[in-house]
Amino acid sequence: MAKITYITHDKQNHTIEVQNGLTVMEGAVQNDIPGIDADCGGGMACATCHVYVNDEWFDKITPKEDGEEDMLDMAFEPKKNSRLSCQIIVSDELDGLTVNIPSKQG
Amino acid sequence: MNKTDALIIGAGPTGLFTAHQLKLIGLDCEVVDNLDKIGGQCIELYPDKPIYDIPAVPECTGEELTNNLINQIKPFDIKFHLSERVDEVKKEGDNWLVKTNNGTTFQTPNVIIAGGVGSFEPRKFPVKECEKFENQSVFYSIKNKKMFEGKTVSIFGGGDSALDWAVELSKNSKVNLIHRRDDFRGAQATVDNVKELAKQGKINLFTKFQMTAIKGEKKLESIDIKSDDKELKTLQTDYALGFFGLIMQLGPIANWGLNIDKKTIEVDTEKFETNQKGIYAVGDICSYPGKLKLILSGFHEGALAARACFKLARPNEKYRFEFTTSSKSIKDRLGVKSD
Repeated sequence: MAKITYITHDKQNHTIEVQNGLTVMEGAVQNDIPGIDADCGGGMACATCHVYVNDEWFDKITPKEDGEEDMLDMAFEPKKNSRLSCQIIVSDELDGLTVNIPSKQG
Repeated sequence: MNKTDALIIGAGPTGLFTAHQLKLIGLDCEVVDNLDKIGGQCIELYPDKPIYDIPAVPECTGEELTNNLINQIKPFDIKFHLSERVDEVKKEGDNWLVKTNNGTTFQTPNVIIAGGVGSFEPRKFPVKECEKFENQSVFYSIKNKKMFEGKTVSIFGGGDSALDWAVELSKNSKVNLIHRRDDFRGAQATVDNVKELAKQGKINLFTKFQMTAIKGEKKLESIDIKSDDKELKTLQTDYALGFFGLIMQLGPIANWGLNIDKKTIEVDTEKFETNQKGIYAVGDICSYPGKLKLILSGFHEGALAARACFKLARPNEKYRFEFTTSSKSIKDRLGVKSD
């Protein structure tokens, strides 16, 4: 279990407990957190679960695999700290992770 | 006006197999899709990715699955309307009157929505003011390359579309190519070509830059781009082209009076009918208790929706269930010999 905070574009904080093994995307979708569309369902094929990861956490989460950076090219306003939330798998170590959700996904 | 027993919206795997099921039981159908090719998400998002959970097919790619489904409907004469998006669905007596963005119209008792997550549309520039110039000096696809001759064109993106057009337009235009990082995801040969043209000064390459503003009174005059290191540049340009791939938008489906929740359409699990009689939803776009977004579920849903269509398309006939292994009439429709 990890407590994950999703900050939506309108600065609303949503802190929820997400089970280990789920992705940060699934945590958001299952808890109706707005702003993460995840159109392709977690296949790293659509870039609509794009989030910004706070600097302090960015280096702690598993690095991007091949293909994620390519998909981020298509994301809405990608930045250096952009990730696809479907590629971040929740574990105890991620307790306290904070991600910011962009104003839109496309 | 096209008259048909059933109109399928969406030419992805579910739409294709639903068409197969309709034809098998002796109903006509036509298919509309906003993409310029058949296959839906399978062909647009993951043509090369292997799929491992199609029953009796241990492994196949999105493209192979699409090709197999196209082969499976080859015996039938099914009309496809590609690069068209259904905009309107209106009730007219016992029929639905359907209209696409190209003005094609259909009259049908049955509409089957197999629309996945909606229609594919180009992803646009995040800078809102770009809307003002869209289709005049801001484009997301190119229909007539002649208009760019002798002009300055700023191309954004790092995939094959952006790179191919940068190479092509650099022959007769001044080309700026802007991408958010140093790496490109396009084919290596094209990337090498672009870098060579940049060395020769035929393409102005700006990597780690993104658009921050677009300016112009009546016509586009310049764009601002900003780097990761906060360096700001203003580029004089006549055109801005964005190639950021496609995104799925629910679009006009939201206006057809259907019960929609979280971008999916509520259906029953007997006919896969929506709250509107004669409108069905199958595949990823439908929702019901226990719904799984799997291709195999879409096949099942399509098979049942097709049977439900029979009643409205042939009100005076009774549908009789038959197997493909033994039915003479099914074999006739498939054009295969009966035993």
